[in-house]
Amino acid sequence: MFQTTSSETSFQEISTAQLLFNVCRNLHQVAERVEALGQFVMKTRRTLKGHGNKVLCMDWCKDKRRIVSSSQDGKVIVWDSFTTNKEHAVTMPCTWVMACAYAPSGCAIACGGLDNKCSVYPLTFDKNENMAAKKKSVAMHTNYLSACSFTNSDMQILTASGDGTCALWDVESGQLLQSFHGHGADVLCLDLAPSETGNTFVSGGCDKKAMVWDMRSGQCVQAFETHESDINSVRYYPSGDAFASGSDDATCRLYDLRADREVAIYSKESIIFGASSVDFSLSGRLLFAGYNDYTINVWDVLKGSRVSILFGHENRVSTLRVSPDGTAFCSGSWDHTLRVWA
Amino acid sequence: MSSGASVNALQRLVEQLKLEAGVERIKVSQAAAELQQYCMQNACKDALLVGVPAGSNPFREPRSCALF
Repeated sequence: MFQTTSSETSFQEISTAQLLFNVCRNLHQVAERVEALGQFVMKTRRTLKGHGNKVLCMDWCKDKRRIVSSSQDGKVIVWDSFTTNKEHAVTMPCTWVMACAYAPSGCAIACGGLDNKCSVYPLTFDKNENMAAKKKSVAMHTNYLSACSFTNSDMQILTASGDGTCALWDVESGQLLQSFHGHGADVLCLDLAPSETGNTFVSGGCDKKAMVWDMRSGQCVQAFETHESDINSVRYYPSGDAFASGSDDATCRLYDLRADREVAIYSKESIIFGASSVDFSLSGRLLFAGYNDYTINVWDVLKGSRVSILFGHENRVSTLRVSPDGTAFCSGSWDHTLRVWA
Repeated sequence: MSSGASVNALQRLVEQLKLEAGVERIKVSQAAAELQQYCMQNACKDALLVGVPAGSNPFREPRSCALF
């Protein structure tokens, strides 16, 4: 590779090569000296049965105990994950309820799907009240709703849609506060930055792009396009400085916002099915990813190695979230069940 | 007409790319070091990573079984 010309030139060439060798290309290189993780024992601690068809989405309540889940058959159920009891159930007028979210107060849930809308249902413990009667239609898109999330309060909802846009809505009035245009195809997922880091959110779509948006201006501030297929899930790193993505290209990736680039990739030759949903453990050291091959892989975020593979679901894992205090995580699957793991 | 529309779209794209190119960046080595530091600092609080004392994880508690 190096031509031997004068001895001075060869010395320069070798030094340059050494410099390049020391350039840091990713997180795994920096974390080489970090102690490897030991064996993990994570088991299914609860199985939530009751949906009549594929579970498509779930979310935790801030009380770290209640869970809302939505299904292809149009049902949205609120569970007490400690006892596995169903506390509320509502049937949506559409099938494929692809998105659901718990309000920060714990007093309402939002959901939507093929109806192209996001609706908010207040949760009431009055047995005489019909939950569906108090339904409020908040968001209107021109294609399916793929994801929704309340912001810091019950007052605003962020939505992502198959129409290629995201939007911010006022719950009370149903008014559109801001819309986010830029994806070249369906938007499949979104995640809000942890509240300390300000008013941004990240979205992922069928255009293979992950985009970071300023919620106030509607502007895309950063975009990342290294995945080779649809991005099904995006989730912020707990510090807010990075986010992970899961894609149909069978990889998960970590993007650092301040370095403005991909800094890690989580993949194995043996993993050939798409990753449908990802979430971090509390410290950000572990990345849990649910796949279309029915498994959940647990990755060491720093070292890039897989530390565990969890079996149990009998069909695709479609949704996965770590509980608010990090003591457990819940997965939902096309096998009609949800599992709580710890 | 159609060429006018695509010129506009391309101009908007160029503006967007200029905006994105103007973002201040830090080195990957520094970014990675800070991600690692965050992990280390919070590892002890991470129940799924280090485990918690028996009985304090509500999901690991054995549930009582009532037989009627």
